[in-house]
Amino acid sequence: MIGPDGQLTSGNAGRLSRAPWWLLLLAFAASVFAWRAMTSEIYAEIFKAILSGLGVTLGVTVIAFPLAIGLGLVTALGLVSPHPLRRNIATLYVQVARGVPILVQIFIVAFVLVPLGVEGLRWLGGANSALGSLRASDVPMAARVIAALVCAYGAFEAETVRGGLTSLPRGQAEAARALGLSRGQALRRVLLPQTFRRILPTLGNDLISLLKDSSLVSVLGVRDITQEARLYASSTFRYTESLTLLALLYLALTLLLALGVKALEHRYRRHAA
Amino acid sequence: MQPEPTPVVQPGPVLEARGIEKRFGSVSAVAGVSLEVMAGRVTAILGPSGSGKSTLLRCLNFLEVPDAGEVLFQGKAVRARDRELDALRSRVGMVFQQFNLFPHLLVWENVALAPRAVRGLSKAEARRLSLGLLARVGLSDKADAHPSQLSGGQQQRAAIARALAMEPAALLFDEPTSALDPELTGEVLAVMRTLASEGSTMVVVTHEVEFARAVAHEVVFMDAGKVVERGTPSEVIDAPVSDRARRFFGG
Repeated sequence: MIGPDGQLTSGNAGRLSRAPWWLLLLAFAASVFAWRAMTSEIYAEIFKAILSGLGVTLGVTVIAFPLAIGLGLVTALGLVSPHPLRRNIATLYVQVARGVPILVQIFIVAFVLVPLGVEGLRWLGGANSALGSLRASDVPMAARVIAALVCAYGAFEAETVRGGLTSLPRGQAEAARALGLSRGQALRRVLLPQTFRRILPTLGNDLISLLKDSSLVSVLGVRDITQEARLYASSTFRYTESLTLLALLYLALTLLLALGVKALEHRYRRHAA
Repeated sequence: MQPEPTPVVQPGPVLEARGIEKRFGSVSAVAGVSLEVMAGRVTAILGPSGSGKSTLLRCLNFLEVPDAGEVLFQGKAVRARDRELDALRSRVGMVFQQFNLFPHLLVWENVALAPRAVRGLSKAEARRLSLGLLARVGLSDKADAHPSQLSGGQQQRAAIARALAMEPAALLFDEPTSALDPELTGEVLAVMRTLASEGSTMVVVTHEVEFARAVAHEVVFMDAGKVVERGTPSEVIDAPVSDRARRFFGG
C-alpha cells in the first residue's frame, strides 16, 4: 500500500504500470459493442429510443446539483454556527434527509409535500386569485423529483462542505478577521474558495452519484433514459439489448464527468493548501 | 466604507490594555496584565514559553476575547461587538508565527485583499498599493508568485506587507521568527528594524533577545500570566531585578 518512499503509489513505477489499462480495456469493450451496434438495426433503434430521454437525465442532474450545493452550503454554515437554533435546525435536516432512502423521499415529496404545499398556497391566495385555481397536477413530476433529489443531496453536500470548512487551519480565519474582514467577507474571500478546492474530489463523486440517482425519476413515469429503456424493453421483450445499452450510456456519462473532475482537480492541485 | 481616521496625533497611548485576564479551562493564561503602547514606540514582550505573552497579544485585537479587563484603542474602549472589532482590526495589523498567507491567492492579492474588501479600493489601486508595499519588504519580484513558492522568510515578509496594507496605527507581531531557521530570521528582523526606525508603533512577542535589546523602547517580561518586570531594554535585559528574569536572560 505505502511504498518504501512513503508515497501512497510508488513514484518510481514504470510508464507501463502507470498507464490507465482499465480505461483502454473499457474503450476496447465499448468499440466492440459500438461496432456491433452500428451494424445491427435493432441496436440502432434501441439506441435512438433511449437517447430521446437523454435531455431529461442531463436536465435533472444539471438543475438539481447546483441547487443541492447551495442548500448544502447554507446548511453547512448552520452546522458550524455558534447560534444554537440554526445549528439544531441544520442538524435535524441533515439527519432526517440522510436517514431516509432517496426513493422514499421522492414519494414523500411528490405525493405528500407537493399536494400539501399546493393546498397551502390556495388557502393563502383565496378562492378567486390565480393561486386559488392551482392544482397539485399543475406541478410536473420532473419538478417534484428535482425537489426531492435536492433535498436528499443537500444533506450530503452540507456534510461535505462542513468537513472542508473545519479542515482549514484556524490561522486562515484568524488572519482574515485580523485584517478587518467581516465574517461574511472572510467566508466568501478566504475560507470558501479554499474549502471548494479541498472538497472538489468529493463534489465530483456526488455529481456522479446524482447523475445515477436521476434514474429514480422513472418511478414517477418521467421519461429519462432509464424510463425509455424500460418502455422499449417491455414492449419488445429485448431486455438484454436495452439494459446493456442503458448501462453503457450511464457508464459513458459518468466516465466523462470523472475525467472532467480530474482535470479540474489537476488545475487546482498545485497551489491548494 | 468607514470615515477617514482623523490624523490628529493622540496624546495618550495608541493601544492600551487594562487588567486583562484570560483563562483556558482551569488554566489562567493571562492574570491581570496592563499595557500601554505609545505612538511610534516599540514594545517587546519577552518571557518563557507558556507565560501568556501570545495570549495577551491576541487579546489586544480580540482574537482571544478577554474574560476581564478592557482594551482601549486611541482612547476609546473597544467592546467585543462585531462592527467595532472590524474597525479596530482594520487599524491594527497583525503578523503571525505561521505567516497564515492565503494559499489560494497570489502574493500581491494577499496584500491587496483587505484594501479591496474593507476600504473598497479598485483592483488597479489595490495592486499599485500592494506592489509598493512588496517593494518595501524586498519582494517586488514575487508579486505574481503563489505563497507556496516562497521561502519561509519571504512568506513572513509578504505577511508583513499584508499587515501594512491597511495603514495600521499599530502592528502586532506574534513570534514572527519562531517558525524560521536562523538564516531566514535575519531578513525578517531586518524588515522589522526598518519599520521601527520609520516610527511604526509595534508590539512584538518574541524570543529574539538581541532584537529586543536593539530595537525596543520598552521591554515587558512575563511569567505565569503576569508581568514580572518592565522597563527599558538595559534595565530589564541587562540588569533584571527579579530572580525569574535573571534566570531567563542568563545574567
